[in-house]
Amino acid sequence: MSDETPRPYTLIAELTYRCPLGCGYCSNPLEMSTDNELGTADWERVFAEAAALGVLQVNLTGGEPLVRRDLEALVAAARARELYVNLTTSGIPADAERLARLAAAGLDSVQLSVQDVDPHGAAWIAGRADEPAKRATAAAVRDLKLPLTVNVVLHRGNIGRVPELVALAEELGALRLELANTQFLGWALANRDALLPSAAEIERARADAAAARARLRGRLEILFVRPDYHADRPRACMDGWARRYVLVTPDGVALPCHQARSIPGLAWENVRDRSLAAIWSDGSGFRAFRGEAWMPEPCRTCDERQVDFGGCRCQAFALLGDAAATDPACALSPRHDLIQTARARAEASAAPAAVRLRRLRQVS
Amino acid sequence: MIERATRVCLARHVRMRDDPRTGKPVLLAPERGLELNATGARVAVLCREERTAGEIIDRLILDSDGATDRQIEDEVLSFLRALEERGLLVTGPS
Repeated sequence: MSDETPRPYTLIAELTYRCPLGCGYCSNPLEMSTDNELGTADWERVFAEAAALGVLQVNLTGGEPLVRRDLEALVAAARARELYVNLTTSGIPADAERLARLAAAGLDSVQLSVQDVDPHGAAWIAGRADEPAKRATAAAVRDLKLPLTVNVVLHRGNIGRVPELVALAEELGALRLELANTQFLGWALANRDALLPSAAEIERARADAAAARARLRGRLEILFVRPDYHADRPRACMDGWARRYVLVTPDGVALPCHQARSIPGLAWENVRDRSLAAIWSDGSGFRAFRGEAWMPEPCRTCDERQVDFGGCRCQAFALLGDAAATDPACALSPRHDLIQTARARAEASAAPAAVRLRRLRQVS
Repeated sequence: MIERATRVCLARHVRMRDDPRTGKPVLLAPERGLELNATGARVAVLCREERTAGEIIDRLILDSDGATDRQIEDEVLSFLRALEERGLLVTGPS
């Protein structure tokens, strides 16, 4: 690794695309295969290579990682490399004994996804409601004295219920609550008209989150991730392309983010063929947008380019067909009108429309 | 706010280890990593067991080689408050 190459801190290990939920904002690809998942030994090697590369944290995610029968072995393998092991789960199925085995294997923390406090809302966005399972999973995590993060993706269907979501996180004994507004890529972009809230709805949610944060300081940490569609400046997507995060898909492709494979023309390599260190340092896809050399104006001379790193390349491609363009979420983009038009539609439309749920399709 | 009399202890989910790339100690927690300087590392080790902030300050003053007592107290309290702000510390009254 050259001196100029940053070191990744976090490995996002997508263990599987299989999942009991069908969330209409899922960050998984539109076309997914459940074939050819990496095996236990493959992941053990990936964890070892990631640790050698400087990774300190691993997020075991998916899909639903609990469907992997070897999850205990994977947790133990990651922990053996001294990685801080986070499990991201839907909490389905709730299985206290399994969570105890995972804790014994070295699991450090659990992030539980909650779709809504309203069962009808949960079913609308995810295809099913599973509040009892989520409560049971949270209780098991608490009994094991593991730190619990509750993650809620906010969208038009649930953004009016931030106080109730905070109350639920308190009741579940969470240490952290992430209120993350939907990022409109992949499935979420396909459902944008149904999911994008109005400016007034976002402002009220932000104010509710701020009030709860002040009230619960020291007991429950509350993060509110503002949506870039309403921010006029792009988000620092992944803290910069191939800068702090490296992701490995269920079938072994190494990427800088969840959506990078949606950009045509970039070459991606598989950890079955080449070491993670080699892919990270000189894989052409990783180098494509690392640093600032790729930036067009107005990004190239922008005072905020080291704050937002030029925004999201996948969004630039999804909306403009050009991954090297200025992120349209930025008010300085010549195509910011695309965002403004989407916002105007959200302001003008009445009740949320039907959502196209994420469904697995065999593509190979 | 943490004062000398406040009892402090690292939260049980916080893990301390050396960063193999820098050789420096780091604290790890969900979605967080915090690189420690020499004083931070000494304080973090002492925080593995519950004790008052004053006891930690006094231990560091004993081992001091140059900094004034006031400087050490300010540095330790400011570090402990930063840990608390990040949810890495459990605190209680003396």
